[in-house]
Amino acid sequence: MSITLDSRAPSGPIESKWDRYKADMKLVNPANKRKHTVIVVGTGLAGASASASLAEAGYQVKTFCIHDTPRRAHSIAAQGGINAAKNYMNDGDSVYRLFYDTVKGGDYRSREANVYRLAQVSTSIIDQSVAAGVPFAREYSGELANRSFGGTQVSRTFYARGQTGQQLLLGAYQAMMRQVDEKAVELRTRTEMLDLVVINGKARGIITRNLVTGQIERHMADAVVLATGGYGRVFYLSTNAFNSNVSAAWRAHKRGAYFGNPCFTQIHPTCIPVSGEDQSKLTLMSESLRNDGRVWVPKSAADAKKHPNELAEADRDYYLERRYPSFGNLVPRDVASRNAKYVCDEGRGVGSSGLAVYLDFKDAIKRLGDNVIREKYGNLFHMYHEITNEDPYQVPMRMYPAVHYTMGGLWVDYHLQSNIPGLFVLGEANFSDHGANRLGASALMQGLADGYFVIPFTMGNYLAGFKRDEATTESSEFKDAQASAQGRIDHMVALGKKGGKHTTQEIYRSLGKIMWDKVGMERDEAGLKQAISQIQALRQEFESGVKMQVPEDLGRSQALEVAMRVEDLLELGELMAKDALERKESCGGHFRAESQTEDGEAKRDDENFSHVSAWEYKGDVSKSVLHKESLTFEYVKPTQRSYK
Amino acid sequence: MSAKKMTVHLKVWRQKNKNDAGHFEDYTVQDISDDMSFLEMLDRLNVNLQKAGKLEVEFESDCREGICGTCSCVINGQPHGPVTGAATCQLYMRQFKDGDTIVIEPWRAKAFPVIRDLVVDRSGLDRIITVGGYTGAKTGPHADANSILVPKENAEKAMDYAACIGCGACVAACPNGSASLFTSAKISHMSLLPQGHPLRQSRVTRMVNQMDKEGFGHCTNIGECQSACPKEIKIDSIAIMRREFFNAAIRS
Repeated sequence: MSITLDSRAPSGPIESKWDRYKADMKLVNPANKRKHTVIVVGTGLAGASASASLAEAGYQVKTFCIHDTPRRAHSIAAQGGINAAKNYMNDGDSVYRLFYDTVKGGDYRSREANVYRLAQVSTSIIDQSVAAGVPFAREYSGELANRSFGGTQVSRTFYARGQTGQQLLLGAYQAMMRQVDEKAVELRTRTEMLDLVVINGKARGIITRNLVTGQIERHMADAVVLATGGYGRVFYLSTNAFNSNVSAAWRAHKRGAYFGNPCFTQIHPTCIPVSGEDQSKLTLMSESLRNDGRVWVPKSAADAKKHPNELAEADRDYYLERRYPSFGNLVPRDVASRNAKYVCDEGRGVGSSGLAVYLDFKDAIKRLGDNVIREKYGNLFHMYHEITNEDPYQVPMRMYPAVHYTMGGLWVDYHLQSNIPGLFVLGEANFSDHGANRLGASALMQGLADGYFVIPFTMGNYLAGFKRDEATTESSEFKDAQASAQGRIDHMVALGKKGGKHTTQEIYRSLGKIMWDKVGMERDEAGLKQAISQIQALRQEFESGVKMQVPEDLGRSQALEVAMRVEDLLELGELMAKDALERKESCGGHFRAESQTEDGEAKRDDENFSHVSAWEYKGDVSKSVLHKESLTFEYVKPTQRSYK
Repeated sequence: MSAKKMTVHLKVWRQKNKNDAGHFEDYTVQDISDDMSFLEMLDRLNVNLQKAGKLEVEFESDCREGICGTCSCVINGQPHGPVTGAATCQLYMRQFKDGDTIVIEPWRAKAFPVIRDLVVDRSGLDRIITVGGYTGAKTGPHADANSILVPKENAEKAMDYAACIGCGACVAACPNGSASLFTSAKISHMSLLPQGHPLRQSRVTRMVNQMDKEGFGHCTNIGECQSACPKEIKIDSIAIMRREFFNAAIRS
């Protein structure tokens, strides 16, 4: 049976909701805080900042990290910057404007109350990060520098060269390590979460596996925080790092946590194209390149294999400028991505694979000179040259869209608590504040907002009402969860012993191809139905045996890790297709071919789909049940986007 | 644009765990295109090994775009291989020729015990940060970010040092196995910013002492570290660290 979800957002005007929440929340007596233990899984921006903040507040924190050190988390790869409504540029920015841009950019599929809070705390994040020693870019005056980003009309993006994510993560990581020194955080690296333990309806712990020794352990706490990132690697090829996976969130989902909007995926238009079958990873090139580069493909498919410099102006189709005269090459990410796909589908794609479009700087170099372009984009041009062995000062870059962020994730209320009491979900792992499309430079903002400035309050409110029961790590729930985790490892080993036609890597790549072709930039009913049956068949193949060798000690093994990820991703992929099938409208990054305007733009259906889709697991993805949280827009009235 | 295909011969360090003596094993990988990355070549080797019913070569990587600091191979004697200013994951097979023999080893240092094959334990670096690599500011309200001005030049220099990705190539390159470049990069970053000043003395003293405790060697100004550093961090940071250390010692 389907239920309607309650966001538990405070009532009253949006400007005062968060203040009211803080005024009304319950507090834990300072002397009692150290009696509460909180588990934090993940050490990216959200997890590291949450660990540091909760430990500083006085709680005992146990933090778990899948990498060899917390500083490797994928937040580190964010290049561009972090938004904050500081209005340092005196250009009319405000909390309200950041809120408005985020709701509109998310194509009216986010929760207004959460987004407003995000915009409110954005300014504190900058103060916090500067106090933590983050070396943001500065002006000659010694004040912080800002730039514009992602098509907004104000300059509100703070940055540290092209390594903003790295510097913000190191700031949070260092604060957390200080708490390790203070013995307030107990940190376990090279450890993965295998299961969530729910006792009397509350999240009370996790089962973990040591990735060096293979040892499985039980860990208990009064609350569990998941900050385990997104699931873009379900597409196999993405800009996400190898350890970015859905496993922790998926295990929580299988224990009852609802998965919100799984089909909302962001596809970034400017990534270096795939060069061959062995490609393992895609590299993103900053969106800023579209400020000066012109996107084109040959007018005729017959010219697609010709050298770009041999093609006369008249034989080139600057398709974005042609179709969107007012925004041109600066149309939003989803529009740019989809159009690249269309021209490649027409056979006009370039490069050896035919899956690329040109991003040409010839005119910009002519207009501004080599030096200006070098100053603006030198590091990106260098990176491109290193990877492709082509010099973008001489020949146009080749670009193709790639998956790089997932807006969907575990469903949370205003407290960032899932439907399982005591299970909190932060950062990209939750279904988030970004609706159906995330604006550039907003991921870092959300991760740190959740970890530094939301969870310390909402966790206190939860723990103040927490009554400890008789549960221990010897409780049957813990023993059962450990046994089921052990059973999974044994199952994986058995699959390897059985053997099969393919390696897990090959099955994983097949899954990625299905997802990219049918659950990618453009989706339609027939394709999604096909995807579901193909994924089911692939899962069957996987579950009947694979080519895999696992070391006898079951310790450090890439093969075993990949197999466990693939098993989870095969289920998630099916749920994403199912969610995309159910959401018959187009919105943001979710484009249903059946729902477009006459101009080929995404057409929302507010009457039927102004809701969050939250899926409940019922033993198999094919049986998952859909719950809804309806979305109302009191402040930002939904309109149809147009970039003509 | 057109990819050339080649065959490479590998000598790869295999070691079951830290107590195992370890040895080189020879492999040949065929049909490698020159626009594959070095790690994709190792991926291919592992697929071949799985298909042949053998155990994969364990190695580490994560972001594969040169920022997370996870990948860590010594390639033909050089940490991160022959290209300067690049991590292992940023190395492409076009750097090699058809028929080349490539020797692949883990980071080798007393303070980095081998976990398996090419995977080593670098947690000593974390413990150095743990004792002082921070400003000490707690989460909460702070003065407006623009209330303390930082000269652009200092912010830029701080960023040069803060760019460290914590990969440990400096330790692997150093004949003494010293972590001085890593440690001094953090100390230099913090000493250049006003926010780093309150803990200045305890920071340098504790971090340098921790470096010794972890079994890292001493710096004798050889300079291999800065050649191996994928972020091209300069050893002038080590001079800053020494100055900070002596200042702290005099004032304590």
